[in-house]
Amino acid sequence: MADRKALQAEMISGHTTPSPGLGMQRDLEVCKLVDTTTCIGCKACEVACAEWNDLPFSLTTFDNTYQTMPETRWNFWNLIKFNEHQNPDGTIQWLMRKDQCMHCADPGCLAACPADGAIVKYANGIVDFNQENCIGCEFCVSGCPFNIPRFNPATKRVYKCTLCSDRVGDGLEPACIKACPTGCLKFGSKDDMKFIAEERAKQLRDNFGWQNAGVYDPQSVGGTHVIYVLHDATDPERYGNLPKNPTIPWSYTWWKWLFKPVLGTFALLGGLGILFHHVTNGPRVPQPEPPKREENHV
Amino acid sequence: MSSRAIEHFDDKARATLEHAGRTTIYRGEILRHPVYDRVLHWSIALFFFLALFTGFGIYLPWLFRWFTPIFGGGQLSRILHPYFGVAFVFFFSLQVLNWFQPMLWAPGDTRWMRNIKAIASGEEKVDPPETGFFNAGQKVMFWEIVAGCIVYIITGTILWAGAKTFGRIAVATSYVLHDISALIMLGGIFIHIYQSTFGEPGTFQAMVRGAVSEAWAWTFHPAWYKQVTGRDPVQACEEARRQMAGGKIP
Repeated sequence: MADRKALQAEMISGHTTPSPGLGMQRDLEVCKLVDTTTCIGCKACEVACAEWNDLPFSLTTFDNTYQTMPETRWNFWNLIKFNEHQNPDGTIQWLMRKDQCMHCADPGCLAACPADGAIVKYANGIVDFNQENCIGCEFCVSGCPFNIPRFNPATKRVYKCTLCSDRVGDGLEPACIKACPTGCLKFGSKDDMKFIAEERAKQLRDNFGWQNAGVYDPQSVGGTHVIYVLHDATDPERYGNLPKNPTIPWSYTWWKWLFKPVLGTFALLGGLGILFHHVTNGPRVPQPEPPKREENHV
Repeated sequence: MSSRAIEHFDDKARATLEHAGRTTIYRGEILRHPVYDRVLHWSIALFFFLALFTGFGIYLPWLFRWFTPIFGGGQLSRILHPYFGVAFVFFFSLQVLNWFQPMLWAPGDTRWMRNIKAIASGEEKVDPPETGFFNAGQKVMFWEIVAGCIVYIITGTILWAGAKTFGRIAVATSYVLHDISALIMLGGIFIHIYQSTFGEPGTFQAMVRGAVSEAWAWTFHPAWYKQVTGRDPVQACEEARRQMAGGKIP
């Protein structure tokens, strides 16, 4: 992304007018749009994800649903969650939601992580794990409101969806987007995706009778770089525990950034205090002390 | 385990280690810590610092990242830290069995605590007469470590098993409690190390050689001195003072 900006033409030889596109601002923030209303649950995105990221195969668990496995795994980052939701009028809704990392603008995993360089948030909004720096403490698991980071006991590292940062960095769309046959997955700038999502939600409200249709882009984590169009945005929980109000625990926000360094400094000041206690008050020695000098005025 | 079984265990451990090592007590000295006390103390100290250094590399990486390479990097620090912690708690719990009786709070300890300012400033040159084998400050630190170890075990288990087992809120809360417990204990250890080395000279040998001078005993633990020697600490001190004034080395 940065390379493309650097390669924008500023002056062109033999060109009379200002260079075309000069001063144009490219929207840097990327976004994945998942329209749950047009997902058919084909799982092509699951396969594409495992293929592109070369994730090793592992046995799945059958739990009497269409779902590939109960939850994402360290080697399975993209899972369609199938949920049967009964409406108050007795009708059944068969909901399919593509579950993966949400790439929060304010990532809880990153706030929780104590290892330098293990979690990086790029300027384009992608939150990526660098396994070579991961120490395997799993704090990110408790920092994430979407239950996404997955620990691999064999390597003692944590893994998750990268939003195909390797593909996006080369100007390609994520693998899941490329595989989607219905167009329910879209990829582009955050502004564009937000616009398309809102248009679709309006269409659902106006033309299809989904009065509560809306866009899921939770502001409690500063917005996300994966957004959903939902039939009912007032109850995201029904789509397989999509939290209505995702939050980062206080221990990774004000405790970590304020109290931790402050209390740590206090502990070090305590050490200094002991030093100065010694140089000002001196030791308490076993009694009796030797007799003091006569001319001692102190 | 009944208290009789604990006593039996402690007696056996003391006898075994006394046999394995030795404590030399010179003239004018008193036995302070037998071999078993010392072995436990330094085992606790060793694992405390191993756990502290591996933990601090994770606690404040932007300040203490240089701790982790000592243990083979961040990953290995993370793997080793809980094992160091378990070893620390294990040896400390043996010390709890060993020192349970002398660490019990006595009425004199409350008076000692009220007087702490004068004692810490050095204004009171001699500890109050009812100060026994351990003073109130030592007892507070001991029971703080007991409480801290309980916090470590509970929160440490939650952090070790992770959010997958205990849920993210339990982990996030445990993480803070684990930190606070460590910071309190760290503060206590600063004072402990200072007092036993530069703060009150003559103390360190109690934990390395096992013996202390009689003067040290009647100065800092008068009631214990009386109990061991049968002599009055104030009189003993005055006698030594007279001898010293007369030019003799006590």
